[in-house]
Amino acid sequence: MTALLEVKDARKAFGGVRAVDGCSLSVEKGSITALIGPNGSGKTTLFNLITGYLKADGGSFVFNGRDVTGSDAGRLYRQGLTRTFQQARVFPHMSVLENLVVAGGYSMRQLLSTRVSSQDRERAAALLDEFRMTHVGDLQASELSYGQRKLLEFAAVLMSKPSLVLLDEPTAGVNPIMIETMERHIRERNEAGVTFLVVEHDMQFVMRLCDPVVVLDNGREIFTGHPADVQQNAMVLDAYLGT
Amino acid sequence: MSPKSLTRGAVFTVALVTLPLFGLEHWVLNLLIFTLMYAAMASAWNLVGGFAGYPSLGHAAFFGFGAYFVGLWFQHHPITSGFEPFLVLPLAGLAAAVIGIPIAWIAMRTRADVFAIVTITLLFVAQTLAFNLNSWTGGAQGLGLPSPPFALEHFEWPFYYAMLVLLLVSLLITFLSMGSKVGLALDAIRADEDKAIGVGVQVQGVKVVAFAVSVGLVSMVGGVWAYYETFIYPQFAFDPIITIGMVLMTFLGGRATLWGPVVGAFILVPGQQYLAYRLGGSQFYLIAYSVVFLLIMLLMPRGVLPTIADRLRRRSRIQASAGPQPPGGSPPLAPEAPLTLQAPQGGQA
Repeated sequence: MTALLEVKDARKAFGGVRAVDGCSLSVEKGSITALIGPNGSGKTTLFNLITGYLKADGGSFVFNGRDVTGSDAGRLYRQGLTRTFQQARVFPHMSVLENLVVAGGYSMRQLLSTRVSSQDRERAAALLDEFRMTHVGDLQASELSYGQRKLLEFAAVLMSKPSLVLLDEPTAGVNPIMIETMERHIRERNEAGVTFLVVEHDMQFVMRLCDPVVVLDNGREIFTGHPADVQQNAMVLDAYLGT
Repeated sequence: MSPKSLTRGAVFTVALVTLPLFGLEHWVLNLLIFTLMYAAMASAWNLVGGFAGYPSLGHAAFFGFGAYFVGLWFQHHPITSGFEPFLVLPLAGLAAAVIGIPIAWIAMRTRADVFAIVTITLLFVAQTLAFNLNSWTGGAQGLGLPSPPFALEHFEWPFYYAMLVLLLVSLLITFLSMGSKVGLALDAIRADEDKAIGVGVQVQGVKVVAFAVSVGLVSMVGGVWAYYETFIYPQFAFDPIITIGMVLMTFLGGRATLWGPVVGAFILVPGQQYLAYRLGGSQFYLIAYSVVFLLIMLLMPRGVLPTIADRLRRRSRIQASAGPQPPGGSPPLAPEAPLTLQAPQGGQA
């Protein structure tokens, strides 16, 4: 297997706080890699560095064999690296369908055609079908439940046919049935060839779904391995429980 | 293009095109020219301040730019038929748009209140330049244009129609962008710009183009105004009141709506004139003017049109749930609904 994403010695400080401090990790093509760690260990900051939302103070990022250090979020999106947010971020005053279409690219042809071109609509409709949301397609996104909004955000980032999707706590604040739904969609998409990097606090979810698991503590990776081994690792236990 | 919006646009256009034919008095036409002027500018401002969500306070800089562009042009070119200044307008618009691009590129790196401050600085820089570039602008002495050689009877007509055309162009651009994917991109930028970047919206490009188009239109309005006034001064061409006017009217009528800025202009401009006439002499009319504005904003904080649209929607929902409805029921009246429901499938009907 080859690495789809390679992070080397990433650094980011906010004033005196070194949120990410020399972190290296790689995400294998076709994997569902988990990124876990105690609160404040730098998971979200690392996400923001990888996806171009924050500029790293140092380190290098290689995605799909290309050096993408310093690329902004828009360019990474167009290259196939995309993300969801911890607090589901959808456009509340757009319809569910438009929330998908808005993520569907901006070629000259799309810009000059209608708000929702037939081509965009077709792709969005297929995704709505896959996520069983066709019946809410014309509702405003603000009318959806929080769990549905998380699903919608996930579906929307798939409009670009990404090769790597970063999910920031996909199950936080979501009911158990929705968690299963989310899990199923991640699996399905993974089988279809999409690689995932997932930040998650629900350990059962991580253990069921992810392999390998990367553990972050104090802005640095301290362990990478199979989920079963994580639970036995002394350093991980120490980071979480503090002995 | 839904038949409803088409009819609305047609009625509006026909009404305003025929209005001067009813033999209105000069002062009425004068008032209408200023109403149309503000409607056109508010509508143009709406592209940036409404749709993109960037509250520019610097648009009057481009109004003044257009005014001085036309003014300076006719220092060296003669006017014979009287229509030459109108022909120069596209040039004034283009020049303003070109200047607007680098300004937007830099200023639109800031957001919301900071953007407002950056742009209002631009306005005062432009005003200071107009005051001090004496050899060009005549500074505080003002700049005279050739007087328009129009017959006194219909003196206002060319200006009236020029403002009307600019308003219609502005509305048409707004309408077309709302119905295109550019409109969707603008909605995304206004709602959550960071998220928009993350789903591939080329935010910088869309914002800059919207700004350039917007200031280009405002500059053309400034050109017509200069010719109508025939004598322009820096403090009136680069007047913060002009900026404030565009902003207030758009907020009053409803931001990011097609007709909101027009409604705002048609309430505020005549309203102000009426109050000035009734309470004239004293400055009381300004207080009354602000009372009107505050009352509307208190009762309709999102603007006149969105509030009315909400009420209508709520009423139709109540009716839909109370009375028997045709099979299928009526979906809630979303403004975008007609646009999202039709997908042109190749070929034309």
